Amino acid sequence: MAAITLKDIVKRYGDGYLAVKGVSLDIADGEFVILVGPSGCGKSTLLRMIVGLEDITDGDLSIGGTRVNDKAPRDRHLAMVFQNYALYPHLTVFENIAFPLRLQKGAFTEEQIREKVEFAAKTLELQDHLQRKPANLSGGQRQRVAMGRAIVREAQAFLFDEPLSNLDAKLRGQMRTEIARMQRRLGTTTVYVTHDQTEAMTLGDRVAVLRKGELQQVASPRGLYEHPVNLFVAGFIGSPPMNFLPGEVDGDVLRLPVVDVPLTDLLKARLGTRKLVIVGLRPEHFEDADLSEPTKEAVTLTVPVDVTEWLGSDLYAYVPFETNPDVAGKLEELDRDLDGEGMRTQLVVALDSESKVRDGDEAKLWFDPNKMMVFDPESGENLTYDQEAVREIDSQNEQNRKASLERARAREGAKAS
Amino acid sequence: MRAMSTKLKVWWAVITVLVLVYALLPVLSIIATSFKLPSQLNLGTFWPKTWTTTNYEQILTGSAKDLFLPALRNSIGISLISTAIAVVLATLAAYAIARLDFRGKRLVLTTALGVSIFPVISIVTPLFNLWRNIGLYDTWLGLIIPYLSLTLPISIWTLAAFFRQIPWELEQAAQVDGATPWQAFRKAIVPLAAPGVFTTALIAFFIAWNDFVYGISLTSTSAARPVPAALAFFTGASQFEEPTGAISAAAVVVTIPVVILVLLFQRQIVSGLTQGAVKG
Repeated sequence: MAAITLKDIVKRYGDGYLAVKGVSLDIADGEFVILVGPSGCGKSTLLRMIVGLEDITDGDLSIGGTRVNDKAPRDRHLAMVFQNYALYPHLTVFENIAFPLRLQKGAFTEEQIREKVEFAAKTLELQDHLQRKPANLSGGQRQRVAMGRAIVREAQAFLFDEPLSNLDAKLRGQMRTEIARMQRRLGTTTVYVTHDQTEAMTLGDRVAVLRKGELQQVASPRGLYEHPVNLFVAGFIGSPPMNFLPGEVDGDVLRLPVVDVPLTDLLKARLGTRKLVIVGLRPEHFEDADLSEPTKEAVTLTVPVDVTEWLGSDLYAYVPFETNPDVAGKLEELDRDLDGEGMRTQLVVALDSESKVRDGDEAKLWFDPNKMMVFDPESGENLTYDQEAVREIDSQNEQNRKASLERARAREGAKAS
Repeated sequence: MRAMSTKLKVWWAVITVLVLVYALLPVLSIIATSFKLPSQLNLGTFWPKTWTTTNYEQILTGSAKDLFLPALRNSIGISLISTAIAVVLATLAAYAIARLDFRGKRLVLTTALGVSIFPVISIVTPLFNLWRNIGLYDTWLGLIIPYLSLTLPISIWTLAAFFRQIPWELEQAAQVDGATPWQAFRKAIVPLAAPGVFTTALIAFFIAWNDFVYGISLTSTSAARPVPAALAFFTGASQFEEPTGAISAAAVVVTIPVVILVLLFQRQIVSGLTQGAVKG
């Protein structure tokens, strides 16, 4: 187990394409870090550079304090789970898991190999399948074999390259918790690449959001969610995604297409001389005024709902609005960056499933303007970003991580003795 | 697949029988001829009037023994050696072509294709002169080299297509698991490529085994003459007798190894040829 340090890592392909533009990241020993971003953001390239399958054009990569830029993959002692699992089809499950051990000639006796493989198989509940060939296994079982091959050799770190993207939704949820459990129990440094923000939020101790080869923000899931550093991170994290509305500053009020919001002094100071901003509101920040009493500071609005989706736990209501042509371009560009389709402009509102709002209704809603985020329309920078709050959330998160690692170790110790 | 209707089944059966008859009748005819007495060759019957093994005795122990047995030895030796060399070289070349991005990759492939479509007959005469000058004429090596020019291109093309289908991740996974590039190749790629290599080897062997033009042009004695060429030198017992019976017997003898090879390895051949169609 070891810490991994990336310093100004650059990847330029042979054809001149700059895939990773100077990424620096410190991954602590035992930490679970997610690299997330839309397709083509360089996250997989970054992972492959860490494991040694891609050359590093520039920058320093060290694992456990040693610079490993020029080391071959096998000398980096990392374990990787590939997107398509990369199981050896001609070997049984047992031999697949034993493969890394057998490569270290003479390091283990046959007895030790059997013991280690059986331990890994037990951890992943593969005991009954050891003599089968990968072709006869289900997707989830193949996934577990790939993980078995990773954990059997006590590597310095685990690297996952979109390991769940080939599984169906239900299995994905199960395997996600399985990976989280395994990582906690083994306490191994883990780097996990995904384009799925749900995986990123649920698995990561810290999440690094990438866009076009550049690191946007590294923070705890909660830090990212509550205090995104810019428009891109705000739009990427959260499902359904954050609503972006054009906001025109008019004296003491901020005019949104759906409602006017009074400006506080603090907000006014942050806005500076800007006349036009992009306002971000998460779907769950809205409440149904019929179900809960608006708070003192709340802004109340009555809007036409054109479609509703009842999900059992929530009710999503869609409110169409006319956007401001001055920010439409910026929002469209953002949508493209997020692999979106550039659909109509609408506000998504997540209400309590008890809500009586239905298609075609005029719904009375309210939200707390303090939760509103305001972005610069040019740079995309979050004007309401609070560095102190993020630092606090992250340090709290770090404490939680250490505590949970401790607990996992204590549990293991209790089990072993 | 849905069950075929009876009518469709009958049609398929008829077509299959037609194709089988078309393909196997000449073979059957040769087998039948090989059991005929030399004097009864022109009777015009399909089956021999009296079954005899005279022709086989003639080529294996009789008068044609000195012509046929060395030729058989030459054919087996030359074909095996050129197959082995072709497969080893083609495996390495195809692996490089499938995996690496190097300058001249397209050149190698197009050259290989060019060589394989070049008419054999047009190089045989210059080769004959050259071989005589440098002393390769009528030697095993003198045949192995031109055979490589026939077997290498097709081997490189088939194997390259085959290697491309093996996911590169397997090799990368092996490297991350602690393998050297050579170990990754040997432990992860070669076992998977085996059916493909096998199919290629068989195809290469048949090409060398069946060659006639080089065999007859570049040899003059039994030192290197392969069977297809040697058949042309068979003579009857007297100048009034045709050697057809002996030639048929020899043809049957050289067909047997091919048939045995195909029957033994038909599963591997089929899996090798269909690997691309069905992704595992």
